[in-house]
Amino acid sequence: MEGAELKSLAFVISLLTVAAICGAVDAKELTLYSGRSKSLVEPIIKQFENETQIKVKVRYGGTAELAVALLEEGENSPADLFWAQDAGALGAISKHGLFQPLPDTIPSRVPEKFRDSGGMWVATSGRARVIAYSSEQIKAEDVPNSILDLTDPKWKGRVGWAPQNASFQAFVTAMRVGVGEEKTEEWLRGMKANDTKSYAKNTPIIKALAAGEIELGLPNHYYLLRFKKTDSKFPVDQVFFKSGDPGNLVNVAGIGHLKTSRNSEEALTLIQFLLSAQAQQYFAGEVFEYPITNKAVPHPNPKLVPLAELLERTPTINLGDLDDLDGTLKLLRKVGIL
Amino acid sequence: MIFHKVGRYLRWYFVLPAVIVGSGVLVPFAYLVLRAADAEASELVEIVFRLRNLILFGNTALLVAGVVIVDILLALPVAWLTSRTNLKAKRFFTLMGVFPLAIPSYVMAYAILGLGGKDGAFAQLFGASLPRLSGYWGALAALSFYTFPYFFLNLRSALLGVDPALEESARSLGYRRRWVFYYVLIPQLRPALYASGLLVALHVLGNFGVVSLMRFETFSYALYLQLASFDRIYAAWLALMLLAFAGCLLYVEARLLRGRRFHRAGIGGVHQRTLIPIRGWGKLSYLYLAVLIFGCVAVPTATIVSWLIRGLDSVSIENLVKAVLGSLGAAVPAAFLSTAVMLPIVYLGVRRPSALSRVLERLAYIGYAIPPLAFGLSLIFFAQRAIPGLYQTLWLLIYAYMIHFMAEAIGPARSTMYQASPNIEEAARSLGYSRLNAFFKVIFPLLIRGLTVSIAFVFLSAMKDLPIAFLLRPIGYETLALNVWDTTSEALFAEAAPYALLMIIFAGLFVSLLLVRERNVHEQPA
Repeated sequence: MEGAELKSLAFVISLLTVAAICGAVDAKELTLYSGRSKSLVEPIIKQFENETQIKVKVRYGGTAELAVALLEEGENSPADLFWAQDAGALGAISKHGLFQPLPDTIPSRVPEKFRDSGGMWVATSGRARVIAYSSEQIKAEDVPNSILDLTDPKWKGRVGWAPQNASFQAFVTAMRVGVGEEKTEEWLRGMKANDTKSYAKNTPIIKALAAGEIELGLPNHYYLLRFKKTDSKFPVDQVFFKSGDPGNLVNVAGIGHLKTSRNSEEALTLIQFLLSAQAQQYFAGEVFEYPITNKAVPHPNPKLVPLAELLERTPTINLGDLDDLDGTLKLLRKVGIL
Repeated sequence: MIFHKVGRYLRWYFVLPAVIVGSGVLVPFAYLVLRAADAEASELVEIVFRLRNLILFGNTALLVAGVVIVDILLALPVAWLTSRTNLKAKRFFTLMGVFPLAIPSYVMAYAILGLGGKDGAFAQLFGASLPRLSGYWGALAALSFYTFPYFFLNLRSALLGVDPALEESARSLGYRRRWVFYYVLIPQLRPALYASGLLVALHVLGNFGVVSLMRFETFSYALYLQLASFDRIYAAWLALMLLAFAGCLLYVEARLLRGRRFHRAGIGGVHQRTLIPIRGWGKLSYLYLAVLIFGCVAVPTATIVSWLIRGLDSVSIENLVKAVLGSLGAAVPAAFLSTAVMLPIVYLGVRRPSALSRVLERLAYIGYAIPPLAFGLSLIFFAQRAIPGLYQTLWLLIYAYMIHFMAEAIGPARSTMYQASPNIEEAARSLGYSRLNAFFKVIFPLLIRGLTVSIAFVFLSAMKDLPIAFLLRPIGYETLALNVWDTTSEALFAEAAPYALLMIIFAGLFVSLLLVRERNVHEQPA
């Protein structure tokens, strides 16, 4: 009899153990919606998994597509975190009330400019707006030093931009906040009158510069660095405008913790990890993006200016204030650019 | 009496596909209407009913017309040469005629853009630069170069299926070869022309990859922009307007096709066709084919290879295998399923055309015209509420592909169906076979050529799909197309190349597998 009881006790214990293990395995899992490309961020996610033993299930997709999918999923979303390519998407999700506030220890790790003032999301890396130029057709010293100069008739038909692109739209929003609605509208009208060529996104701008179709372009900073990685003689270069110029906006990729999250502890662990020196170093070294935390990275990328200079270059605007995408779209439609 | 007639078609093999098609298309439509209902009048005026959208519609119409015309001009000679003449290496040329379908639209656009300009392929090879092709002409070239196979395969099936006796009678009545072409052949090709025309038109209507890279603004631009600014309400309005435009095209096609009959009326077997010998000027055909293959196959392939050799550090074989299996795992079942679902509907539409059969076929086209992003969102919306267990599973992705790409299966199946005479089916029925048995015994073998093409079309489209996979794939599920997009959008072209090449290779393998099965009953040396 005793033997039988013991056996059944052992059985129950082993069941409980199995359940506990399964439970533990379940808990050590995390669902991330990533608007950032797999080719850019998969290695750093792998590092996180190896170090923490937390499995990250990543749904990759375009930032806009995932944002709309999140809105459609609503309360049933399986996602714990949303990692977006630009502040605009984070603002939209935040506006719809899908994020929960981050604990104070997290936002304080990045400069105020690069986080939501409500503490709903935090930047993970920086992506600067620059002016790129065809180095075969223009000398570095002839590149205009303010974005406002591009309306000069001498640049007629020689400039390219990407008005459908989220980074461009964030820049226009920043310009409205920085120099005012009227001046922005005037600039946009000037650019339109100057036959500025519209491209679908940043990469085609760089390609058009190399092809000689345009001589100046307004992309994000890292695309060219990737072209140069495989072809050092690539005939395009880029510089910042003068300090504080609206054309130098530093936009960010950022992450927020969703209300639907069922694995909050793991989710916050991942955010902390993305702000660690290790991850920041990865963004600088491998992805050519700006590290954005208050702590410097151990091996700065020589192709990138230090954070202090970046902060001085970029206009004094808080990215959390750039949530009026609707207003920007209205303006772009009014001027007839979209 | 009426009930008796209807009852004959209330079989599971008619009802089930009808229900699948009907519900499959009505769900996304209902979703769009639901979202659209939240709109406010002032915003509608600003976003939807604006002059600019009218201009975009004009651009779209111009592009649709241009692509259809160029496609016919490109495809008809190839179809004729590979079906009616003693051209050498027909299988090779046929395969090459399908091949461009395997190339993702934006890769084709990059390839064409990469020819011109100071750093373009032409400048690097010959030292002088060509202007970059972009805007309307660029979009026209890129779209036609990969959509003409829709016309080619449909026309080829139809040309192979026309009873040679028809043309011979015309010739014996004193018609010249050219007249036979205009008065006998062209009318026979109509179902194939209309079906491919409709498909290509709807494809151009929804295309975003090419037009955005070529900087030619069409209506899908407006729609995409609206979704990209996280708005679903006015995007739904724009999607519904796009559907209205598609509806106009469907109406035109239906009017053109009304009351046609294409099958043989006589009795007796179809005899073998004599092939027209190529000689003299006909040798130019080879030159034509060479130029076409160069432009549509060699240029894009060489572009991808040039990305590859420009500098690839390393590639993860594991990721490649995963992506290949993912692509095949979704595209193959989708291809067979959509063809299977469409077959009874096509059968009804040809044998017993009725209001219902017409509606079902049109619905499939509407499913194709619903912008894929909106389609994906509607399934998220629906699955989350109705069957949460299905959300983010492979089943839902396959289902979405099946519904969305069903229309591509119609044309080839229909044009061979038109040519399969009902007489033999009736003969089989009179010998005591059930309807289903008679169909599989005598009709199905005649349809295989068309069905093969149907399967190939859906397969290739599903292989290339991006927006639906974005929204509906299970977490961690990878496809080749997603990887190509992921890397090219970050300007990592070298990293994109292996995925793009594998995509072309597997698409080519699958299609040649299908074409090999095709028996060349009509071929006979002249």
